[in-house]
Amino acid sequence: MKQLLQTRVTGGVGDSAARPDGALKVRGEFAFASDLWADRMLWGATLRSPHPHARILGIDITEALRVPGVHAVLTHEDVPGSKRYGLEIADQPVLAIDEVRYAGEPVAIVAADHPETARRAAARIAVSYQVLPPVTEAEDGQVLRHVPIRRGDPDATAELVVTGEYEVGMQDQAFLGPEAGLAVPAADGGVDLYLATQWLHADQRQVAACLGLPPALVRLTLAGVGGAFGAREDISMQVHACMLALRTGRPVKMVYGREESFLGHVHRHPAKLRYEHGATRDGRLVYVKARIMLDGGAYASSSAAVVANAATLGIGPYDVPNVVMDAYVAYTNNPPCGAMRGFGAVQACFAYESQMDKLAAAAGLDPVEVRIRNALREGARMPTGQVVDGPAPVAELLRRVQAAPPAPPRSDDPRLLPGGVGNTTHGEGVVRGVGYAIGIKNVCFSEGFDDYATARVRLELISGEPVAFVHTAAAEVGQGLVTVQAQVARTELGVERVVVATADTSVGSAGSSSASRQTYMTGGAVRAACAAVRQRLFARLARDPAGLWLAGGKVVSVDGVVADLAEVLGDDPIEETVEWRHRPTSPLDPHTGQGDAHVQYAFAAHRATVDVDVELGLVRVVEIATAQDVGKAVNPQAVVGQIHGGTAQGLGLAVMEEIQVVDGMVRNPSFTDYLIPTILDVPPMHVEVLELADPHAPYGLRGVGEPPAISSTPAVVAAIRAATGRPLTRVPVRPEHLIG
Amino acid sequence: MSTVDFLAPRTWEEALAAKAERRDALPIAGGTDVMVELNFDRRRPAALLDLTRIGELAEWGSDGSVLRIGAGVSYRRLIEELGGRLPGLAMAARTVGSAQIRNRGTVGGNLGSASPAGDAHPPLLAAAATVQVASVRGTRRVPVAEFFTGPKRSVLAPDELIEAILVPPAAGPQQFAKVGTRNAMVIAVCSFAISLDRERQAVGTGIGSAAPTPVRALAAEQLLAAARWDRPLPEPTVEKFGELVAAAASPIDDVRATAAYRRRALAVLARRTLRWAWEELR
Repeated sequence: MKQLLQTRVTGGVGDSAARPDGALKVRGEFAFASDLWADRMLWGATLRSPHPHARILGIDITEALRVPGVHAVLTHEDVPGSKRYGLEIADQPVLAIDEVRYAGEPVAIVAADHPETARRAAARIAVSYQVLPPVTEAEDGQVLRHVPIRRGDPDATAELVVTGEYEVGMQDQAFLGPEAGLAVPAADGGVDLYLATQWLHADQRQVAACLGLPPALVRLTLAGVGGAFGAREDISMQVHACMLALRTGRPVKMVYGREESFLGHVHRHPAKLRYEHGATRDGRLVYVKARIMLDGGAYASSSAAVVANAATLGIGPYDVPNVVMDAYVAYTNNPPCGAMRGFGAVQACFAYESQMDKLAAAAGLDPVEVRIRNALREGARMPTGQVVDGPAPVAELLRRVQAAPPAPPRSDDPRLLPGGVGNTTHGEGVVRGVGYAIGIKNVCFSEGFDDYATARVRLELISGEPVAFVHTAAAEVGQGLVTVQAQVARTELGVERVVVATADTSVGSAGSSSASRQTYMTGGAVRAACAAVRQRLFARLARDPAGLWLAGGKVVSVDGVVADLAEVLGDDPIEETVEWRHRPTSPLDPHTGQGDAHVQYAFAAHRATVDVDVELGLVRVVEIATAQDVGKAVNPQAVVGQIHGGTAQGLGLAVMEEIQVVDGMVRNPSFTDYLIPTILDVPPMHVEVLELADPHAPYGLRGVGEPPAISSTPAVVAAIRAATGRPLTRVPVRPEHLIG
Repeated sequence: MSTVDFLAPRTWEEALAAKAERRDALPIAGGTDVMVELNFDRRRPAALLDLTRIGELAEWGSDGSVLRIGAGVSYRRLIEELGGRLPGLAMAARTVGSAQIRNRGTVGGNLGSASPAGDAHPPLLAAAATVQVASVRGTRRVPVAEFFTGPKRSVLAPDELIEAILVPPAAGPQQFAKVGTRNAMVIAVCSFAISLDRERQAVGTGIGSAAPTPVRALAAEQLLAAARWDRPLPEPTVEKFGELVAAAASPIDDVRATAAYRRRALAVLARRTLRWAWEELR
């Protein structure tokens, strides 16, 4: 009977269960938010500021209203409730009031019976601007938040000292599905909004406030989401579509075009970073002093949390006794910056890993060896004083990528050389380099935030067969969360059939699909809700529930089958709703930055091998080896997918991805000129997945999504440095940085 | 509200008549440039003139000693059907966009857009191709070197359409190389084409994306024409060739690269493609 107990349900936790949207997406049949449609619906369009900074002297909508087919033209005067919103600070106007603070800021909105009509009408709105000089450098901007961290002796000295100044350009999340949603006015005076987002309840809170409606009258349902990566944490078209729908009494759909999308969401913070590392002659770190300046752009978004991550994770996964860290984020008139995969850890990692290579050179050590000598271990303290109380296999991850099979020798196929299909070299000028990096990321929300997820689980007989229904508000953004929820329910309830309901706000908040937290948090909530269902189920049996379990549609104990699940359930389904929290965190001391601010730390290491054409400055990443500790691979195939994708996104930042902003204007808002890696730019990857259980997390799991996007950037740049001998202090590395 | 008239002639004569009547009509074939322009709202044509229904435009054949390529022949067909006779053009066609774009995009469209970055332009310049343009007034042939008049501007009159491209088949080695900041699906930062005529010991060149129009490097061509073709090129000649190609360009700083980078990269491309082509001579 022991065997029965251990029988794992097919498609449970640890299986690579197939995702329900997989085949649909491959065939092009998946319905994204941009495919939404309703009878009699109107189309919304947005008029945006052409100036990064200007006073609005007047808005004349007369001509726009005259356009046949136009049903409404609205400005800030028409915002029924709060005029401003924001994730952390409500500083962003729904529609510009008297002033525009970035180029692309929404000024007015239009609803018309055709999208082209709406756009043309928007173009006829006459806005009178008094152009003002923009603040385009973070150093000149008003500081939004300063996070200091002080550990040990601020005046510590060392035998070896290496310093460096680094810069990270503005990366975009570059999701493929643009901002889109459909707002439908309801008979009760409320509105139903179908949309692509990362956090339904954060949207609901802000939209309801701006509409002046109670949250119960603003109901949100998740539509098909084509990628997120942080860019859907903030409000974009949500309030606008609802305002137009409520004003016209008709459903209103809004879909951003690609160019508009680049203006319509936040980006990764550009950063300037200055580091000084002091070490003993044998390469052991004595101190790190660092100053990080992030450009927050025009509005706060999640900048305050991003800068805290940059500060608290800013010396990397290393054990350093003395730390002086000052991280700042400032307002400018550049595009607003906020959440993007890696969330502050990315910028810092490029700098501290560049520094570790410098230190290795100064100490005459191998780059991997210098990292291992300083590697964080379980039980060590972070610069915040927080003890790392789970596995921290920093040294092992580094050893694994170092020991991975070497990259294949240089190809004879020109397409596989730098320049790719451009036929720029047949081997001339091509030099190979190898580089290493490791990164650290926090998982879940930090600094004392009340972070929770809600799950509702019902166990019910359908045609005589037990079926689990799972309902949460957690956003499936492409990462595979729907699959994970079903896997958890199968494992916990021992049933094959699980139905995961569409996420909406009729169930409590799940928190955001960000911070690598949803498998941890919503996975944890579904698990807890299943446990509650199980408890009520066992209570129906006239025996001690201790030692009972559910498997194969039966209640079992060590002695064998106790009862058939169908009999116990009968006509009386069991439903439980649970609000689940991770262990609490603490705020950071505002002067010393001390505090147990983070829930969990996650680590990944990369080794990149590149071929560089040193005469043309072109790069081909030949191979990447990566190792990551995921605690428990809930869905191994999805885990590897996250590692591939995150690594590719980090590669993009290393060699091509940048929103170029000049005088506050975005110069390349299109996929013609904002380049993301193609299949010829992303190399084969050697992926090693470690499963060292975190005793505090459900199933021991560790958030997976962000770590791979953090260390791949510095690893690729280190490899290019090894090939070229150039300092390369800025990403993305451009061809002109490599020649001349 | 204004609308866009969609003109769909079934014959070349109908197309010319339509263009004569509607000079404001924007010709469209594969649509890989035109639709981007429309999507970005850079153009609001009063009419579109669809050329995809005219079968003969998508044909190619011989016209005396030259190949006559209908304006509507796709990049993919250039690669598959003409790669042997026009290797330089085929190499350039392989660098165009993605497979989907190469299925739809045409050389005629590339010329019509007249972008300085058009991938087909340098090999057409190097091969001394001629563009056949037509209107109800008649037909004329314009050397490619005289076709472009500025960024996205050409000698096409408002009533004219591009009918065909006339290209001499390769009389020797041809090469093409294009720099972009990723390894595929990228607009040229700069590009270079070279064509060697073994019998006549003549050289053709074409520079892309490094001047207001695609341009030849005449001094570089003359340098090579004066060299000894029966032996390896002396390294100083190769170096000088690169310098002359770079000097023929007049690049600018833009979102894709700096002018200084383009000049340096062009010299490298010129030297490399020359060495590859010269090696093939032997």
